Amino acid sequence: MDYTATQSGFRQQPSMRLRNSPGDSPDGSQLFEDTSRAGPGPQAGYRNQQAGPQTAGFPGQTLLSEPMSNLAMAYGSSLASQGREMVDKNLDRFIPISKLKYYFAVDTVYVGKKLGLLVFPYMHENWEVSYQQDTPVAPRFDVNAPDLYIPTMGFITYILVAGLALGTQSRFSPELLGVQASSALVWLIMEVLVVLLSLYLVTVNTDLTTIDLLAFAGYKYVGMIVGLVAGLLFGKPAYYLSLLWCCAAIFVFMIRTLRLKLLSEAAAEGKLVRGARNQLRMYLTMAIAAAQPIFMYWLTFHLVR
Amino acid sequence: MAFTLYSLIQAAILCINAVAVLHEERFLRKIGWGVDQSVGGFGDEPGIKVQLMNLIRSVRTVMRVKKKNFNI
Repeated sequence: MDYTATQSGFRQQPSMRLRNSPGDSPDGSQLFEDTSRAGPGPQAGYRNQQAGPQTAGFPGQTLLSEPMSNLAMAYGSSLASQGREMVDKNLDRFIPISKLKYYFAVDTVYVGKKLGLLVFPYMHENWEVSYQQDTPVAPRFDVNAPDLYIPTMGFITYILVAGLALGTQSRFSPELLGVQASSALVWLIMEVLVVLLSLYLVTVNTDLTTIDLLAFAGYKYVGMIVGLVAGLLFGKPAYYLSLLWCCAAIFVFMIRTLRLKLLSEAAAEGKLVRGARNQLRMYLTMAIAAAQPIFMYWLTFHLVR
Repeated sequence: MAFTLYSLIQAAILCINAVAVLHEERFLRKIGWGVDQSVGGFGDEPGIKVQLMNLIRSVRTVMRVKKKNFNI
């Protein structure tokens, strides 16, 4: 009975269709497809005018299931969107995703310039981060702004190159990759914590956030990778030479970047401002910058034999 | 040299525990690091020693609350 009802309902379709849209042959073919599935008859007109194949899949046993399934779908989708809002809100409390997005707003030109700056910072003159109404400008528009893309990629590349180096010395096993990764990560976290602690002790009023410090600490991976690759390709003397060059470069880079953020205005411009506080801050800047080459050597020397 | 994340967490917990079990009266006062011994410098620069003392004091205070919650 249902089938005859549907067929009669569908047979009413072509005349209605011809009145509404004369040139719609694809819809005509869809009509024939729909008749292969059992559907409630009187609702067929409503369904096909919506041209929605999504409800055609329901094996409509009763005529009442049609509005109910629409209702259920609407309710389900609203539940899903509510759930997603809740997850987003809670996640945002722990990991500031919007702030993280700023650090990843980079483009190719910025990455190229920054890598060049990390290896050769001696010609760059203006190290100030430009601001735009109290918020720092995104890294895409300012070479001096810290970003997290280079440190992240550098960290991953360092682990891969370390695996490569171990493999060429036939010391490789997959667990060692994990060991290298966690070890480097631990050193990174310890360095960031020590820097945070020392900044707190010296009571520096600075706008350096933790993520900024993480970014600065991650910049040394670029130098490490250069040194490791040179050591792999050309042997130990090349490793030492390139590491020396990159250490000096990172030292200068860190001092010039941190000087503007940690020291007071006058001292940052190069004038010697006497006073115990400024001296302490200068020592702190130099200590942070000097720690970078030490870490670079410590994390790579056991990989080049 | 192979540090793992777990060893870092262990070291952190041990350090915090060490700071928490420091007895102020017996040890810190003898060295001159008791918090009531630091004359409040209301001007600028508290100085490193005062900051460190404040840090130890605040860690101890936070740990006191958390230890009570844990043991209960």
